[in-house]
Amino acid sequence: MSAAGVPLSWYLVLGAVMFVLGAAGFLLRRNIITMFMSVELMLNAVNLSFVALAYHLGRVDGLVLAFFVMVVAAAEAAVGLAIILTVFRNRTSLQIDEVQSLRN
Amino acid sequence: MQQLWLIPLFPLAGFLANGLLGRRVSKRVVTAIAVGAVAASFLWTLKVLGALWPLEEPHLERYFTWIQAGQVRIGYDLALDRLSAVMLMVVTGVGLLIHIYSVGYMAHEGGYYRFFSYLNLFMFFMLTLVLAANFLLLFVGWEGVGLCSYLLIGFWFLRESATNAGNKAFIVNRVGDFGFSLAIYLIFLTFGSLDFTRVFGAVSERPAEEGLGRLAVIGLLLLVGATGKSAQIPLYVWLPDAMEGPTPVSALIHAATMVTAGVYMVARCSVIYVHAPVALEAVAVVGLLTAFFAATIGMTQFDIKKVFAYSTISQLGYMFLGAGTGAFGAGIFHLWTHAFFKALLFLGAGSVIHALGEQDLRKMGGLRRKTPITFWTLLCAGLSISGVPLTAGFFSKDEILLAAHHHAPWMYWLGTLTAAMTAFYVFRAIFLTFFGEPRGWEHAHESPPVMTLPLAALAVLSVIGGYFNVSAWLAPLFPEVEAGHDARLVAISVGAGLGGIALAWLFYVARPGLAERTAARLGAGYRLVYNKYFVDEVYQAAFLRPVVEGSRRLLWRTVDVGWIDGAVNDIGSRACSIGGVLRLIQSGNIRSYATWVLLGSVVTLLAVGLAGGGR
Repeated sequence: MSAAGVPLSWYLVLGAVMFVLGAAGFLLRRNIITMFMSVELMLNAVNLSFVALAYHLGRVDGLVLAFFVMVVAAAEAAVGLAIILTVFRNRTSLQIDEVQSLRN
Repeated sequence: MQQLWLIPLFPLAGFLANGLLGRRVSKRVVTAIAVGAVAASFLWTLKVLGALWPLEEPHLERYFTWIQAGQVRIGYDLALDRLSAVMLMVVTGVGLLIHIYSVGYMAHEGGYYRFFSYLNLFMFFMLTLVLAANFLLLFVGWEGVGLCSYLLIGFWFLRESATNAGNKAFIVNRVGDFGFSLAIYLIFLTFGSLDFTRVFGAVSERPAEEGLGRLAVIGLLLLVGATGKSAQIPLYVWLPDAMEGPTPVSALIHAATMVTAGVYMVARCSVIYVHAPVALEAVAVVGLLTAFFAATIGMTQFDIKKVFAYSTISQLGYMFLGAGTGAFGAGIFHLWTHAFFKALLFLGAGSVIHALGEQDLRKMGGLRRKTPITFWTLLCAGLSISGVPLTAGFFSKDEILLAAHHHAPWMYWLGTLTAAMTAFYVFRAIFLTFFGEPRGWEHAHESPPVMTLPLAALAVLSVIGGYFNVSAWLAPLFPEVEAGHDARLVAISVGAGLGGIALAWLFYVARPGLAERTAARLGAGYRLVYNKYFVDEVYQAAFLRPVVEGSRRLLWRTVDVGWIDGAVNDIGSRACSIGGVLRLIQSGNIRSYATWVLLGSVVTLLAVGLAGGGR
């Protein structure tokens, strides 16, 4: 429908593929940083769907939500990376299976 | 208006001042406030009585409405008639003397200010009780004096026996007060008011009841209240234990004033009793039996205060006997004279205890020369209580016995026998204390003037107190008594009193050792009386043990621990076991969490989709 001729469904399929990749990466990988990146991938997959649908429907809500997600992702990156850094300092390891209990 | 409210207000102010600030000021200031407050009450009483003399009509003062709810209107009303005037004189007059005496007796005790603030509080409640113009205000005073009695019995609260005795007095009185409050409720139900004038006016318009009608039930319930407060059978057991309190307390509360509140209340309700002969007969029988049994116990005790405690119970029985035989005036007359000689007996005993630091009669003896004032004043009290002619006790006791004879001759004979026993146990105590050789004490000293002066004043009153004929003065208030004056009966009862004294002389002065031999010969009978008929033990087995054991086994172990705690614990342990299952989800493994999240969102999306969501 758009002038460029790329159909909406392509964007949505790309978003779904990115989300599944992100989810699979989060579930299957053990390195915390990789898992963190997977989360970012999922967030951006959702963002892509938002923007595409907003453009398709001619409404601004989706764009606004996309910006919110970006802000949250930025904040999450700051906090999350700080936590990861601390975990690494305390345990000298970034394997998620070794971080099971809150104590010690 | 005569400002009657000032009479109880002075001691209340004294209580507040000493209770709040007494710890910070010197003993001298505490003394001035406490004694001054009672003296002010006494003087104001005299002023009011002087202004209203000869007080032929009751004087009523209404101040404000205390309780107003629907039909109920209860005012803070005070009334003064001849009956309450007699009580006022006893309470403020004897109270003042005992306050002065306490200054010396308590001089070296800790908690001096506490003692006097309690004593002032007691005066406030007692004066409220006496001046009240309705049943509820009387009940306030009634409960208040009970509270002060409890506080003062347990004054030496570090002694376990003292706190136990205080608890016993309080709890036994609850039993009586339960009856009293039921009576008040019934009175309100029947007459729609609690004002004395309205209730008694309504009663006097009713015909006298033959059997057990509404008035008789009210009268019997009032009697239950009176047996608690005035230590009559079956609720007398608290009074002997109450001797744990300081001796001035025994004199003021447990001899002269508070314990006579029951007699006052019965006399106040004389109209009800006259209209319910069944209840009146019960008053007489309870009084006579109490007088007799308490006197027998009094003859065997060795603690000087216990002897006088049983004597008090016995004399209170006389007062009930007087009231119960219709001679309400004679009962109050005996209350009046008894206040003097019994307060004196206790204060004298206190003086002896103060001199020796010992209460056991077996360890006294020969004190006559060391403490002459105490001896002579106690002798006056002893003669008076024994009814020796021309002393105060003679007039009042004879009037009661004559009324008893008119009512039923057997009551007279039992009362006369009791009079003989009374004389015996009082003089037994006096002889054991003051005659013979010293038994186990070395240093004794006469009490200071602040103690002996009240003794002397009470000794004078014990002798001349009977020349003010209370009974005749109160006659207009009560129904007429038609007791003739029979010189022969008077001679017999006087002879009984003198015989009792002579017997005591024989046993304890002339032939020492005879008492022990007689006691040994009486064997089981003596031991029964010496152990107070095992009444405490019987009550223990019949009432206390079932309550305690029932509470322990049924209420505590079964209901509380078994059911209530069990239910709570069961809920708790179920929550734990459910939690134990749920806890397995919280593995700490982030990937399993993520799997749950993913599954959850898939299920949610499916549910929304299947439910036809998303428009």
